Amino acid sequence: MNKDFIFRLDWTVILIYFSFLLIGIISIYSSTYEENNIIFFSSIVGKQILFCISSILIGILILNIKPGFFQQVSFIIYILSIISLIGLFLIGDTAAGSTSWYKIGTIKIQPSEFAKISTALMIASYFTNIQTDITKTNSLIKALLIILIPSILIISQRDPGSAIVFSSFILVFFREGLPIKYLFLIIVGLILFVLTLVLSIYLVFIIIILSVLVQYFFIKKYNSKTKFNKYFLLIIAGVTFCLSVNFIFNSVFEQRHRDRFNVILGITEDIKGVGYNINQSKIAIGSGGLIGKGFLQGTQTKGNFVPAQHTDYIFTNIAEEWGFIGSMVLILLFLILILRILDRGEKQKNIFNRVFIYCIASLITFHFIINIGMSLGLLPTIGIPLPFISYGGSSMLSFSILIFLYLNFDVNRFNQW
Amino acid sequence: MKKNYYLKILLVLVTIIFVFRLITLQLINPYYKSLSENNALIELPVFPERGYIYDRNGDILVSNKPGYDLMIIPENTSEFDTLELKNLLKLSYEDLKFRINKARTFSNKKPSVIISEISKENHATLQEKLWKYPGFYIQKKSLRYYPNPIASNILGYLSEVNENDLKKDYYYKSGELIGRQGIEKFYEKYLRGLKGKSFFQKDRYNRIIGSFENGKYDIKSKEANNLILTIDAKLQEYGEKLLKNKRGGIVAIEPKSGEILALISAPNYNPSLLVGRGRSINYKELLNDSISKPLFDRCLQAQYSPGSPFKLLNGLIALQEKVIQPKNKVVCNKGHFYAKNAFMECHCKIGTRNSLVSAIYKSCNTYFAKTFNKIINSKASPSDGLDTWKKHLNSFGLGDYLGYDLPIGKSGFIPDSDYYNNLYNKGGWKAPTIISNSIGQGEILVTPIQMANFTAVIANRGYYITPHFLKSINGNTDLKPFEKKVSTIDSLNFEPIISGMEKVVENGTAKIAKISGIEVCGKTGTVENFTLIKGKKTQLTDHSIFVAFAPKNNPKIAIAVYIENGFWGSRWAAPIASLMIEKRLNKSTKRKWLENRMINGSLINEYFKPYSKKDFKINE
Repeated sequence: MNKDFIFRLDWTVILIYFSFLLIGIISIYSSTYEENNIIFFSSIVGKQILFCISSILIGILILNIKPGFFQQVSFIIYILSIISLIGLFLIGDTAAGSTSWYKIGTIKIQPSEFAKISTALMIASYFTNIQTDITKTNSLIKALLIILIPSILIISQRDPGSAIVFSSFILVFFREGLPIKYLFLIIVGLILFVLTLVLSIYLVFIIIILSVLVQYFFIKKYNSKTKFNKYFLLIIAGVTFCLSVNFIFNSVFEQRHRDRFNVILGITEDIKGVGYNINQSKIAIGSGGLIGKGFLQGTQTKGNFVPAQHTDYIFTNIAEEWGFIGSMVLILLFLILILRILDRGEKQKNIFNRVFIYCIASLITFHFIINIGMSLGLLPTIGIPLPFISYGGSSMLSFSILIFLYLNFDVNRFNQW
Repeated sequence: MKKNYYLKILLVLVTIIFVFRLITLQLINPYYKSLSENNALIELPVFPERGYIYDRNGDILVSNKPGYDLMIIPENTSEFDTLELKNLLKLSYEDLKFRINKARTFSNKKPSVIISEISKENHATLQEKLWKYPGFYIQKKSLRYYPNPIASNILGYLSEVNENDLKKDYYYKSGELIGRQGIEKFYEKYLRGLKGKSFFQKDRYNRIIGSFENGKYDIKSKEANNLILTIDAKLQEYGEKLLKNKRGGIVAIEPKSGEILALISAPNYNPSLLVGRGRSINYKELLNDSISKPLFDRCLQAQYSPGSPFKLLNGLIALQEKVIQPKNKVVCNKGHFYAKNAFMECHCKIGTRNSLVSAIYKSCNTYFAKTFNKIINSKASPSDGLDTWKKHLNSFGLGDYLGYDLPIGKSGFIPDSDYYNNLYNKGGWKAPTIISNSIGQGEILVTPIQMANFTAVIANRGYYITPHFLKSINGNTDLKPFEKKVSTIDSLNFEPIISGMEKVVENGTAKIAKISGIEVCGKTGTVENFTLIKGKKTQLTDHSIFVAFAPKNNPKIAIAVYIENGFWGSRWAAPIASLMIEKRLNKSTKRKWLENRMINGSLINEYFKPYSKKDFKINE
């Protein structure tokens, strides 16, 4: 590593990365704090520090690898990753209902975290293929398959939260040319999904039919040649979608998943039972006020009112003890980080690098939105960590690898043509 | 438009939504903030130790003792040796199981009482073995303690606050104790002090996990005050002994100061009965005892006819109204006709000529009936006469609550013209109609404390200080002074009455009350009384009454003694009053024979007569 190399590193991202590690360690320390804990490195925060150190070491290793290498091994890595997911069925360790871990001694490894990296590599690699044209159905299906294979495996291991994350790669497809109408389709699909759960299904049918008819007559006014057939198909598709949502929700989802949606959508308000997490989370965040209660002073934190506070609900600790100001700092840091990655990624001439960096940004964005949205009570409980901050070795390592890969690709931008 | 803008727009939009959400949660909506204070913190009261109560000589009447409750947190228990535990606790196996199950049903995580108020000895042995039983622990609490169980009627008792108290005073929280009766009630605010607050951090199972910010927000409790009462514990105890197996009351007042030296009501109860665990059961028992009514304070709440001591007041009023001269004599022929065919008996011999003084020491009915007649007829109409009479009596504190510092009492009754106008139509009554009032029978009603108080007025030659129990708070005697009330009778007019009272003891109706070396002035009374048995008005044995003060000059004690159905004044009341005076002034008594007779004497048979459902003789 020469001086030039160090100089060209994206120090903004490095700085943000290290502040996240620090924020994470402080918050984990606070939310798992107990008065008389003596053995530091066996404590949760001690482990987190070890994770950070090993992540940084592995990161430095990554910085020293030539970027082209990753493109070359992306397919192999992807296959290995799929195999590791399949292997879970045989020798996986089950915890909290999900069979998501390999247990080697005291170390637990979550292959789904690393599948994110391999899938991102695979997608990037796929887009370098000259024949790939995402506007074509053929290519789109292939691209979707890359995402679907690991996510279906993860879903069948009963870890839907981690699987949902893979849908963030669809954002990359839009960047790479997927027509905007699909985005609208997704949005309409989401709206219909929510409506189906909130309202009676027949009411949703009426809404679909009316809105399609209005659109039909509106367009017919300008273009009398418009055929009704297309719109009829639209209605059929909408109704089918609603029916399948209804079916999936009531027959495929487990009660705990249904509850999570019901609470968010205000269908049930059971603050002692299923709504407990979200309610306690809101209380903790709300009690922080403008400047927060201060380090180790969070009453909700001390009382362990918020479950899983050092992992998925880490944001509540930050919001309670550091208040609105602390929360804003965290959110803005994420915003800066992602925008920075996107902008620098856009400058990449190499398609593989660009798509991969875009995948990184999408992944972080998705985690950020879902995790904080969940803590704020805006989204249903989906158990995914807040990148760099939540406790967890696999998550820490995989996001660190992603960041260091970004740094590698970014610093080597001028070397590759 | 560059295509990566989708993600950027999404990101910025979401960030804006997050910021708005944070603003509403953290900055605008105080709901979540207050809720946080509630569900993560628990505020526990810190009680100052309740104030002690001392007598006038510094003897402790009420203090506190620790009580030990055996508590359980069912969640923390593990398998244990029930056999040993049940033996330790002296419970049956079923009982122990029942108590543990009850605690478990209440809450698995919160503490419940298994046994309250374990004795000190049991506590020690239990404490030693308790390590074997995780989930069990001993909790200390403070209970009222009566080293000498006397004066329960004065001291009163504590009980848990009820709905009413909670509504009236926000200071109290459900389950706390409040002074329910007596001094405990009247001086509740001094005795309780002010409780403080301690904040503790809870976890989500409602378990306390430590103090909140090292007690930074705790509010210190304010110490309670110790009270010193005017009661002389030795005198009180002695009086209670004298009234054993009798019913009635003794009230002793220091005339100069209005300080109540003793207030004995019999039958009484042991104040320790109304402490802690047994309180509610014992209270019910006391309350249900409708025959001896131990919770009924006969000194303050019982209204009796005053009887012959009331003649003193009639004499005073007559002197003040100048309708009699002390020297002028009145003839008594074993009584007199106060109206046509209406004869009032008297125990004077035929042809007795009584001056005021001799009329008092012989307790001549004729003399005072005629005197009363003169008072009523001294004004334009009997109504005016009667109202003047009443006005004088009111100045002695009769017919009204005296304003002493206990929460209970009765006003007694002094009739006025309106009362008789109602009863007999206007103009339908004259002095002879209401002549019974002259000798303290009639419609007048007084309480024993009022009797003692008017005796104090006589002792003071014309005034009284509102009788009271509080001498000082925390040794600070600089209290708001109790009101001095001057009677409408000139002090000179008291002398002939006092001479009469002196003679009563010297060679009149109460020679038994004589104490060598002390000039006792007194007046006996024998009061007819009636009760309803099966709807029939039945006469019972007379009440025995005595009022007295001593010494004659510079009186130190004024006393009224009321012994229900004690027959005549000098039989019970006079000796008891005399012994009380001796005890107070000489600190000890010499007449052991009299003392023993009084202590051992019992009127229980007399009290059972009305309940015997048989015919019975009275005044035997």
